[in-house]
This record gives sequence, C-alpha cells and structure tokens, in this order.
Amino acid sequence: MTALAVPKLGTLTPWKRRGIFLAIGLVLVVVAPAMLSGFRLALLGKYLCFAIIAIGIDLAWGYGGMLTIGHGLFFGMGGYCMGMLLKLQEAGPGKLPDFMVWSGVEKLPALWKPFGSPVFALSAAILVPMAVAAALGALIFRRRVRGAYLAILSQALAAAFAILLIGQQGVTGGTNGLTNVTTFMGYDLNDPVNQRSVYLLIAVCLGIMYLLARQIVESRYGRVLMAVRDREDRVRFLGYNPTTVKVIAFAISAGMAGLAGALFVPVVGIISPALVGIVPSIEMVIWVALGGRGTLVGAVLGALVVNYAKTTLSEAYPAGWLYLQGLLFVVVMAFAPKGVAGIAKVLKERFGGRKVPPQPVSHQPAEAAEPAT
Amino acid sequence: MKEASKLKKLWLATLMVLAMLGAACGQKAGDTSATGGTSTDDGDTIKVGLLHSLSGTMAISEVTVRDAEKLAIEQINAKGGVLGKQIEAIEEDGASDWPTFAEKAQKLISVDKVATVFGGWTSASRKAMLPVFERNKALLWYPVQYEGLEQSPYIFYTGATTNQQIVPGLDYLKGQGKKRIFLVGSDYVFPRTANKEIKAYAQANDMEIVGEEYIPLGNQEVATLVNKVAAARPDAIFNTLNGDTNTAFFKEWKTKGIAPDAMPIVSVSVAEEEVRAIGPEFLAGHLVAWNYYQTTDTPENAEFVKAFKAKYGEDKVTSDPMEAGYVAVHLWAAAVEKAGTTEVEAVKRAAAGIEFAAPEGRVTVDGPTQHIYKTARIGLIGPDGLIRQVSGSDGPIKPDPFLRGYDWAKGLT
Repeated sequence: MTALAVPKLGTLTPWKRRGIFLAIGLVLVVVAPAMLSGFRLALLGKYLCFAIIAIGIDLAWGYGGMLTIGHGLFFGMGGYCMGMLLKLQEAGPGKLPDFMVWSGVEKLPALWKPFGSPVFALSAAILVPMAVAAALGALIFRRRVRGAYLAILSQALAAAFAILLIGQQGVTGGTNGLTNVTTFMGYDLNDPVNQRSVYLLIAVCLGIMYLLARQIVESRYGRVLMAVRDREDRVRFLGYNPTTVKVIAFAISAGMAGLAGALFVPVVGIISPALVGIVPSIEMVIWVALGGRGTLVGAVLGALVVNYAKTTLSEAYPAGWLYLQGLLFVVVMAFAPKGVAGIAKVLKERFGGRKVPPQPVSHQPAEAAEPAT
Repeated sequence: MKEASKLKKLWLATLMVLAMLGAACGQKAGDTSATGGTSTDDGDTIKVGLLHSLSGTMAISEVTVRDAEKLAIEQINAKGGVLGKQIEAIEEDGASDWPTFAEKAQKLISVDKVATVFGGWTSASRKAMLPVFERNKALLWYPVQYEGLEQSPYIFYTGATTNQQIVPGLDYLKGQGKKRIFLVGSDYVFPRTANKEIKAYAQANDMEIVGEEYIPLGNQEVATLVNKVAAARPDAIFNTLNGDTNTAFFKEWKTKGIAPDAMPIVSVSVAEEEVRAIGPEFLAGHLVAWNYYQTTDTPENAEFVKAFKAKYGEDKVTSDPMEAGYVAVHLWAAAVEKAGTTEVEAVKRAAAGIEFAAPEGRVTVDGPTQHIYKTARIGLIGPDGLIRQVSGSDGPIKPDPFLRGYDWAKGLT
C-alpha cells in the first residue's frame, strides 16, 4: 500500500480551478441574494456557516487523520462569544440582558464584562477555541493518543460544555441559550438590507476559509500533515515532531468552527446548548463524511447537501423526515463511501469526455487512514 | 468488471439521492406557488401552522397537544370553517430543538403565509420563537402553563400563568399547614423562574424552603436527589421536573416508603398523559396543580373527552395542555369571526373579551395581557391514573403574569 498521499489536484488546471471558484462565488454572492427570499437566504447563510465548520473538520480529520466528535464545543464557544457581545450591545450600557432579569441575576457577571468590546469578543470567538484546541491537542497528541480515543475525549468535552451551559442559567441563559438577538454591531437585524449584508459577510468568510484551507493542504506543511495522518511513526523518524504538526491543524480547525459559531448567531438569532453537545458534533462529522473527506469541496458540499436535505425533508414530511434522513445517510455510505465528491469524480471520469487513467486507491484518504500494513 | 459494477452502484446511489431530494423539492415547489398570494384570505382555505415537537424528547407530550388542536380544527371545519372557509393545518416538526422552532416558525410565516401558529411546549421553545413572531408581526398561540413574567404582543397564552397554577398550589399547601417545602426541578427557565417566585411567596407566608435542587432535562440519575429530599424531611415537595426525569424520580421516591399524605409531592408538569407513562402505582396519593382534568365535570368536557377518544382511540387520556391547545384553536376562530378577517392586528383587537365555554369551564381572553381567565384546580392522583379535584378557585382567576397583585412579588420584576 502506498501510504504517503501527495495532494493530487485532480485534472484541472489552476486557471480552471480559479474559474470554478469564481463561478461558485458569483452564484453565492450575486445570484443567491437576488433569487432567494429573505427566509431562504438566511437558511443558506446558516448552511454556509456549517460549511466553514466542515472545512475545519476536513482539515483535522480528512487531512490530519484526527477524528474529532467534539467540534460543537468550538462552534459553541465562538457562538457564545458573539452572543454575549450582541446581547450586551442590545441591552445598552449598564443594563442586563433579558434572560438575566428573569433568572434573578442582579449584577453583570465578571465573565461577561470584557465581551462588551467588539474587538475582544470577536477575537475571543476565534482565539478561545484555538487555544482550547491547542491545549487539548498538546496534551493528548504528545501521549500519542489517536483514533477512537481522541473522538471519545473530544465528545466528552462537548458534552461537558453543554452541561455547564445548561447549569449556569444566570450566566449563560441555560437551556434557552442566548435568544432574541436583534441587532448586529448596532444594525437592526430585522432590516432585510442588513440581513443580506450578514449573509454576504458569511459567504465571503467561507470563501476566505476555503482558500486558506486550500493553501494549507497544498503547502509543505500540508504534505507533512498528510504524512502524519498516514504513517506517523515514519514522519517522526524523518525528524518532524508530529505533535506540533497535529496541534496546528487541530487549532486551525477549531478556530474555523469558532468563526462559524460567531457568524451563526447574527444569521439565526440564537445560540443554545442544543447546538453544542454530542448530537450536533456528530452531525458535523457526518457532513464531512457524506461530502467526502479529504476533499475540501466535498466537505463544503456535504454540509450544504445534508442541511438542505434536512430542511426540505422536514418541511415536506414533518412526521417522518428523520427516517428519510437516516436512509439518505445509509444509502450514501453504503454505495458511495467516498461521499458526494466521490460520486462527482466518478461521474466526471465517466462522462467528462476526457479519459482519466484509473487512480490508485491511495489518493483517497478514506483508505489511507486505515491501519497500515 | 469490478470497475463497472462499482460505477453501477454509484449511479444507483446518485439516482436514489436525487429522487429523495426531488420528492422534497416537489413539495417545496407547491409552497412557493403559495407565496404568490399576499394574504391568506385569497384561497378557499385559511392556513394555520401547528408547530410542535414530533421527534425528540418532547415529542411524547407535544404530539398529544397537536392531536387536540387537530380535533378542534376538524370540529370547526365540520361546522363550516371560519369566515366560510375551511381551515387547513400545516404541520412542522420543532424536533425538541429550540433553534429549529425558530426556523420552522419563520418558514410557516414567510413561506406558507399562515394566519396564525399554534405551537410550543417548553418555555425554551417559546423564548426561541418569540422574536420571530414579534419581528414578523405574526401571531402565536402557546398552550402550556408557564412561569409568567412575559407578555409578548404577538403571543396569546392559553395555559396558566403563575397566579393561576403555582400560587393556588402554594395556597393549598399553606392551608394544609405545610411549612417546610423542598423544591425539585429540571434545569431550565421554567423551574428556575417558578422557584424564584415560590421562594418569594414562602418568605412572605412564613414558609421555609429547606432545599432547592435541579436536574438537567432528560437526566435519569435521581438517587442523590431523592436521598437529599428524604434527609431534609420537608412537609411537602414542590416538583417542577419535566419530561422523563419524573419517571425516575417517582420510582426512586417510592423506594423510600414515605406515605404520600405524610409528605405529598405537588407537581405542576405531571398530567394524565404523564401519569399513564410513569405508572399510577408510583403516583397515587400525590397532588398536582392544573386548570383542567379529564374528570372535570362540565358538559363541554364530557363532549371533548368523547370526541377525542372517538378520533384517537378509547385508551387515550386528555390533559390540561391538550385542553389548552384545543381552547386556543377555538378562541382564535372566534376572534377571526368577530374581526371578519385573519389580519393579525384586527384579530388581536377582536380577541379581547372573547368568551368560550371550554372543557375546563368558561374562559375569557384578557385583552391587555393576552392571557386567559382560568379556574385553578388542585387534584389528587388516583390509583386508576385519573386525577380528581380536591380543591379549586371559586371561579376563573384573572391572569396576572407579572404578579403585580401580590406584595411579595414586588422584587421579582
């Protein structure tokens, strides 16, 4: 088995790739806002936030082999940082956010105080998840904890964070979370123009994150990261420190989830523990698995397709949509283990008009992450 | 050969996925055509939204309310509908997830253009939907008792507020000479706010709160809690636990062997449906506070219970939130008839003062608070799983969501 997968950029020339990127960007930034109603545009904005998380998870899991089932934690941290800022802006100076009033809190908790500053809150939304991920990663990757153990540990942390949020109603809003977010940096979120601006902000952030991730995986560092994923021991013998390599990817991945959380709050208006715990964390991994891990486009597609399907299925069949969604997962995993991106690839090879020689399996990280023989 | 069969498989998968998405889109295309109309009065039907959890931890409770609302819609349609048009119910699944409630509420309002929405159960879901309805100036009818201290101009509350349920419950305990109270509740906004109010009441009425404990929603590990309660030896326990934690709590409590009349548990979120789920043998002898029981003796209730069982099965029970959902639909229909339109502001104005002979007795919409006058009833759970009234208010109580009529509640708002 050829272990060290070198990033293969498919058969597209750089110019073609740029063209496709611009075309998709144009659809998201120009066509979608013009065609969709405010409600549907907000939903698309939510999906794009999820796509940012998916890119991050793909970086950690698809390219770094670190299966994390705890990204709800990082997403939630970003979301709560932003939520605290917006709730404070809304309450006005010296006043308490609404939920503290009905929770019987009389003084603004010390934790909340710095979040009145937009600069602090926005940097915290990205840096806090990164710092937590880096600390967690440094602790466990150095012990050479891999595979299921990382998954379990990250999942436990997400669960613990959700329980903490629920238990501290006076500080966090408890099970409700932070609701009724109506302004963003002083702009009224009920105004369709401002709603569109928030959407555009998200679309632009997704584009930047995609390019950033693309740069990372194509860089020298990206190759080392994939090498660590495939054969960590060999990389260590080559003189690299796999711990550092993995911690960096894990922290970037967490930072992306934090950014997605921060963008999610103004577009959806709520951040609650229900978006933080184990179930949403697993869903996030499903997006990437369904989209095709190890391909950035696949991760984005997975997040968009799964969430679009969730919305439309639950609207069309409110009583039975969960079964259909489950069926969708099973079908995709059973027949197309490489996800949507895998299907697209095969279709392109079949009908693309241009014959591509059958690619060795090793280009697919799905195989590469298996225990090496 | 192998490549070819793989390709075939992939094709099959793609087709299946596309077919499913297509099915979903087909439905959606129907929705979009509806957005062409600007008012719900245009068609032959008036659309209303039913937004409850049909999946997840709250589904078991919320489905029963949805069933009662559908019964009311069916009854109104059988009598010719409202404004001469049939009511068409559009259902959405809140999935026991608060942000989903907000999303689906927005969908019902902006895509389906419903005239009103009946929905929610937990206060968390209501708090999530509230900004959506206020932003869109649309109407929500919320059918479950709650913690008060809220009055949205775009929500009608047909369940009890605090002074129609919890305060009468405390008055009853006080009348029975119970002085030492232990508070147990689920960890979310309703129990915490309710307990804040209960503590204020206790302070003013010479009662002592000997303990206050919370358990996260859905948690079943109650042994520690039960031991703490038993060790504190209270005169009574005030229970605001919600969902399946109640099952674990009552089963564990039974092992302590304390007779219900010596140390009664007063529950405010345990109704007939929950009694049936937990098992009457664990609950018999304990108390509940509500506004309606299946046994409530009014001609309207006899009819309601009969109609409900005829539609959904003889083994079904009716409960307070179901009745409140049923009443909400009828009140809305009456307000629309009175206003002559489904336009929200007109319906709100028309709703003030509307009376309805409900299964619980006469109810009246209080215009300024958008809550309704309700009769408070303390009930005793029987070994047969039914609840019988042991004490009640003299008549419907005026809703007072901010407890302005109570001196002890001054510091709460």
